[in-house]
Amino acid sequence: MTNFVTFTVIGIVVGATYAIAASGLVLTYATSNVFNMAHGAVGMFMTFLYWEVSVNQGWPVWVALPFVLGIAAPAMGLLLERVMMRRLTQADVTISLVVTVGLLVALIGVAQTIWPPAGRNIEQFFNGDAVSFGIVRVSAHQFITMGVALAVAFGLYVLLNRTRIGTAMRAVVDNRELLALHGARPNLLSGLAWALGSSLAALAGILLAPQLTLDYTTLTFLVVSAYAAAMVGRLKSLPKTFVGAIVLGLLINYATWAYISLPKSVLTSDFGQVIYGVKNSLPTIFLLLVMLALPQEKLRIGRISGTKLPKLPSWPVALAWSAVFIVGTYLLTGQFGDANNSRFGQAMCLPLIMLSLVLLVGYGGDVSLMQLSFVGMGVLVAARGFTIPGTGIGFHPQVSVLSIVTAFLLTAMIGAIVAVPALRLRGLYIGLGTLALAAAIDRIVFNTKLLGFGNEGSTVNANRPGWLQSEQSFAMAVVVAFVVMGLMVLSIRRGKYGRILLATRDSQAACATLGFSTTITRVAVFAVSAGLAGVAGVFFAGEHISVSTYDVFFFKSLPLLLFATVFGVTSISGVLVGGLVYGLIGYAPTTVGNLASVVLLLGILLLGGNPNGLVGLIFEQARKVPLPWRRGGLPVEAEPYPTHNPARSALEAPVGTA
Amino acid sequence: MALLEVDEVFVRFGGVVAVNGASFDVDEGKIVGLMGPNGAGKTTLFNVITGLQEPTSGRVRFNGKDISKVAPRQRALGGIGRTFQRLEVFGSLSVGDNIRVAAEMRGISRPERVRDELLDRVGLRAFADVTADSVPTGIARLTELARALACDPRLLLLDEPSSGLSEVETDDFARLIRSLADEGKSILIVEHDVELVLGLCSTIHVLDFGSIISSGTPAEVQADQRVQDAYLGADTEAAEALEEVGA
Repeated sequence: MTNFVTFTVIGIVVGATYAIAASGLVLTYATSNVFNMAHGAVGMFMTFLYWEVSVNQGWPVWVALPFVLGIAAPAMGLLLERVMMRRLTQADVTISLVVTVGLLVALIGVAQTIWPPAGRNIEQFFNGDAVSFGIVRVSAHQFITMGVALAVAFGLYVLLNRTRIGTAMRAVVDNRELLALHGARPNLLSGLAWALGSSLAALAGILLAPQLTLDYTTLTFLVVSAYAAAMVGRLKSLPKTFVGAIVLGLLINYATWAYISLPKSVLTSDFGQVIYGVKNSLPTIFLLLVMLALPQEKLRIGRISGTKLPKLPSWPVALAWSAVFIVGTYLLTGQFGDANNSRFGQAMCLPLIMLSLVLLVGYGGDVSLMQLSFVGMGVLVAARGFTIPGTGIGFHPQVSVLSIVTAFLLTAMIGAIVAVPALRLRGLYIGLGTLALAAAIDRIVFNTKLLGFGNEGSTVNANRPGWLQSEQSFAMAVVVAFVVMGLMVLSIRRGKYGRILLATRDSQAACATLGFSTTITRVAVFAVSAGLAGVAGVFFAGEHISVSTYDVFFFKSLPLLLFATVFGVTSISGVLVGGLVYGLIGYAPTTVGNLASVVLLLGILLLGGNPNGLVGLIFEQARKVPLPWRRGGLPVEAEPYPTHNPARSALEAPVGTA
Repeated sequence: MALLEVDEVFVRFGGVVAVNGASFDVDEGKIVGLMGPNGAGKTTLFNVITGLQEPTSGRVRFNGKDISKVAPRQRALGGIGRTFQRLEVFGSLSVGDNIRVAAEMRGISRPERVRDELLDRVGLRAFADVTADSVPTGIARLTELARALACDPRLLLLDEPSSGLSEVETDDFARLIRSLADEGKSILIVEHDVELVLGLCSTIHVLDFGSIISSGTPAEVQADQRVQDAYLGADTEAAEALEEVGA
């Protein structure tokens, strides 16, 4: 009984912090139509700032807290709204996801630069003083947390539903111009919403922090729980969000209770590791269940979404460039030493992984924040071998045709299973769902001995086949794999399935009225894309030889999508350049240099707004250069459609004869 | 027997009644017009018939079967095709590929031939290779029409197909629609061009505030005082056109 009451109280307290974070998320989403993936990162950053002023600088709590919540966090919210979010209100979901993911990456980078990794703690309010209620002790900090959550709930409800400012805030998202005509000031209103949202993120972080050591990713991704709660209210309803948050808090703590009650022999076994992973993935599982329970997204009409894709190269051009690329890299790698060839090969793995995004994001218009999880599965296939249980039929752990085929089939199958529930919903939810799932796969699969790499940080090793032992030869194998898979993606794009894919992306409603089920196409493309990422994983394993859980840490799927989108996720050349840049910069943005590059990319994305990315932009400009072999040296796209009226003459004859 | 039967359909959006108990039939091989001022509920009715909008109550029967609970895709497979008032062309595909992909989606053999035939029939040959999101509205509407025809529907719903077409192009368009009806296709058409509807349709239903206020032949509808009132109340241009044609 004591345990039950204790875990209930802790559950409610944890739920209360989720509720505070989630309400900030709902507030900003409802007023700007931008789902802020960096909401948790803002909270993380502000919690570090709070640590800086209250612990490091020794300011008293009553100065530090108002400073962070009342000045720093709102200022950051205002700044973000001004330079970033305001431009995203009408943007495509993929773009706004990518930009806020970029912000998330940048904030972690900045935090790591200002506060290099070290053990940091934040004290509970009132030094953890507690009051006993019969059998259970409740600390002052816990009381404050619950009280604050209630106050936030009540305050936001009154603000949004009972005040003119709140009504106007909700109207901003629908039509800024119209609202301005009615005398309101939309910029001020959405600024206010973001300032408030930032403060709420900071508040949740500061309340949660005493229970954890301060670290960048834990706080950033604690917000998965906030997402899960907000999803209960479909990102709209605050009361439902609060209920969701409390239920989730209770669920997590009851699960912890059940977990510690397990016999020790189970806890220490390999299977115990998997159970531990499941327990820690409860917010994710909760989020996925909520998504499954949401009603199927209705077909919507009246949204033309056709983006002009870059011109497809003809087969001879594509093959010629492929040959040039292979020969060029062969000559280049011949000049490199082993160290540089290894570096180049490792960098080339990223374009290879990103090819899977071209199909899914570039052509299909869907989004996935879990591509690296499929890569990790490919790595495991190559490094652990594969045997059909009970038959002994299989292959040794090595990069081989068999491991490539197995990796493709396995990850494609998992991709299809993932896609079926996710694709009932629209882009934003798919993004969130895949991210949550990636986090769960990390904990339940990768970080276990039974299924994955072993404890966090463990490595697995893959063998290269005899004829690809040298660094140059394996780097070239990656190059050839990129070219072959790139040509495959191109041939899909050129064919029937490519047309169907683009049609699906442009208008699902029109597809339905033509009698076509877009679900099958989208599941298929998700599966093929996962399969390509799995194959990339086999090459990744062969190139790195030794791969650790950190190499496939789910978080790294975010910069992957960011770089691909910035450089051009709609073309093969776009991901080649984007992947190489990302690969050569290094994976995690831990240094100032990397940080600068992320900020730079973010800026480019915002200023450009070109869905075909930087490489697409360059190609577009290059085509306008008058060259002697172009007919008349005229720009290709000078005439978007024939200006005289051939339709007129064309209309006459056939109709009459019909 | 009527191919399409719309029976006492109501659609409410919160407190707003978009369709208020509308009932009408479309016979095989006939061209039927749906007229009415803006906001009368015409497009909502189209969405109900194609399954994109669930009615609050009422039934839709197609070819004798109740399809009220059938998914949009199944209705299309059953033989209902449509175009959209707010365009839903596949903007990143060329005009030709818009038609071809429809045939491909339905597994029709030799989709290239379907595309070429329809490009000629609708008069879009010159635009075949132009990306659909960069063509003028009128051309995009014809693209949607050709795309719908690629699936060879028995019933074709056209939502303001002539807006964006020039006067001469509209005449050609009317000829095309007549030839489709001659081949046995049934056509339900929502149109603001009163002259076109009156000249084209064998039966016309006039919607106002979600209710059908008048039904009959073009001559009967024109003579109906309620129609005159509805149009004079809401849309003077259309009313003038009505009078002009009537005179």
